[in-house]
Amino acid sequence: MHKPHDPHDPHEPLVALDNAGIRRAGRWLVRGVDLSVGPGEIVTLIGPNGSGKSTTARLALGVLAPDEGRVRRRERLRVGYVPQSVAVDWTLPLTVGRFMRLTARLSPAEVAAALADTGIGHLDKAELRTLSGGEFQRAMLARALALKPQLLVLDEPVQGVDFSGEIALYELIAAARDRLGCAVLMISHDLHVVMAATDRVICLNGHVCCEGPPRAVAESPEYRRLFGDRAAAALAVYRHDHDHTHLPDGRVRHADGSVTESCHPGDGHHHGRDREAALPAPDARAERREGGDA
Amino acid sequence: MLDDFFLRALVAGIGVALVAGPLGCLVVWRRMAYFGDTLAHAALLGVALALLLQVDVTLAVFAVAALVSLALLALRRQGTLGSDALLGLLSHSALALGLVALALMSWVRVDLIGFLFGDILAVSRADIAVIYAGGAAVLAVLAWLWRPLFAATVSRELAAAEGLRPDRAELVFMLLMAVVVAIAMKVVGVLLITALIIIPAATARRFARTPEQMAVLAALAGVVAVVGGLYGSLAWDTPSGPSIVVAALVLFLLGLVPLAGRRAGGGTR
Repeated sequence: MHKPHDPHDPHEPLVALDNAGIRRAGRWLVRGVDLSVGPGEIVTLIGPNGSGKSTTARLALGVLAPDEGRVRRRERLRVGYVPQSVAVDWTLPLTVGRFMRLTARLSPAEVAAALADTGIGHLDKAELRTLSGGEFQRAMLARALALKPQLLVLDEPVQGVDFSGEIALYELIAAARDRLGCAVLMISHDLHVVMAATDRVICLNGHVCCEGPPRAVAESPEYRRLFGDRAAAALAVYRHDHDHTHLPDGRVRHADGSVTESCHPGDGHHHGRDREAALPAPDARAERREGGDA
Repeated sequence: MLDDFFLRALVAGIGVALVAGPLGCLVVWRRMAYFGDTLAHAALLGVALALLLQVDVTLAVFAVAALVSLALLALRRQGTLGSDALLGLLSHSALALGLVALALMSWVRVDLIGFLFGDILAVSRADIAVIYAGGAAVLAVLAWLWRPLFAATVSRELAAAEGLRPDRAELVFMLLMAVVVAIAMKVVGVLLITALIIIPAATARRFARTPEQMAVLAALAGVVAVVGGLYGSLAWDTPSGPSIVVAALVLFLLGLVPLAGRRAGGGTR
């Protein structure tokens, strides 16, 4: 039996913000935000401090209700959320294993698998507040992934983690996304670690300043005005660096999952980037937005 | 030796302790001890109202405590004063109002000390029925709401994002607190209710590995405190409510001893 309107229409966005705004104490934290995350899509929110990245994510999650505009989420959307911080008090006896079951009933096998996938399988019985910064972020990620979410929302998932740990975490996120096929809405504060695999970057500054594929955003005049040319270069460089990973044995794994002996541009594994770069005027691709009160 | 009134006191006290322990864990985790105190102080206003309107004391105390909870939620939403200031305001206003109202009702003779420090040796069969019916209801609701409540305790935002509706859970939790204050007042009195809620939970913390273990251990610690305190009060002819709290304190201190050596240097942050 086919219903005329299928709620699981593969093209319907998982979550969509339509001209959404949040007002607190007479001030708009964000306003006029249009944003949608489709199934399997990776969307990264960037922007300076106080630009409303977390607020926008909370709108998308339904933690905050918009004071203006609309937020639509698919019915019974399974969400896995990694918030910016979780403070676990000493009074709270909380092991990693129990933390995994915080919001859902999970079998021991599911918990063990999620912990193993994020490389902390041995920490099942460890107290959450004794973990190091990197281990804690992995536990947060493992918990969100164990829910087998359709939408994974990450609010600065690498904070408090050193540089090599950052890269490992981003690789974990990318691998989990490939495995689960979930969409990702990620907030990043550090311009230089925006994932190469990001489909769309949305640059916020109280409103959507510009959006598009990473390179198009990096080269758009709005973005440069906000972050300056050096930041734009950092974003572009990082993006290029991370369309492949150097494996321990010297081979190279590319963003599309294939593995080659080297990473020379001519090896046929940079089509996506080449095509994108070949497109004419980049700022024509980054949608320019009017309005806002910047 | 076991006079009938003493047995009734034991049964009533154990009933309250079984409920106060698990709820007390949530109070400790959520840093809401002062909230419990506020409800307890407001209970005296409930007593005054019950005498004025000739209604059941437990019911009136619950109603006032519930109203104070809702007032706190509403004032907090307004966001002008901090939670601690609001609690202080509500707590002592309600206590003062209760004392003034009781003094104004010159036609009723009130055993103020009994309300302030409890009168467990005077509990009736009906009181026991109320304690166990109310207590069972509280535990049932607590079990039903445990996952969202605990999740919201760890991270409100996380619980909300993953669809657990922390607002609803927290509202129900405040009402459960109001029930416990109402049924515990007879046992330890207005001024000592918070102790019976907090101390067993604090005692349980050192021995628990999971939140659920801590809830069960807190209930047991409360039971031990009630039994120990009541026998102590019988042996040394001390007031029963304070004796129960002293027993709870002794248990807490005993809990520190064996672990003090092992945990030396391991700060409690």
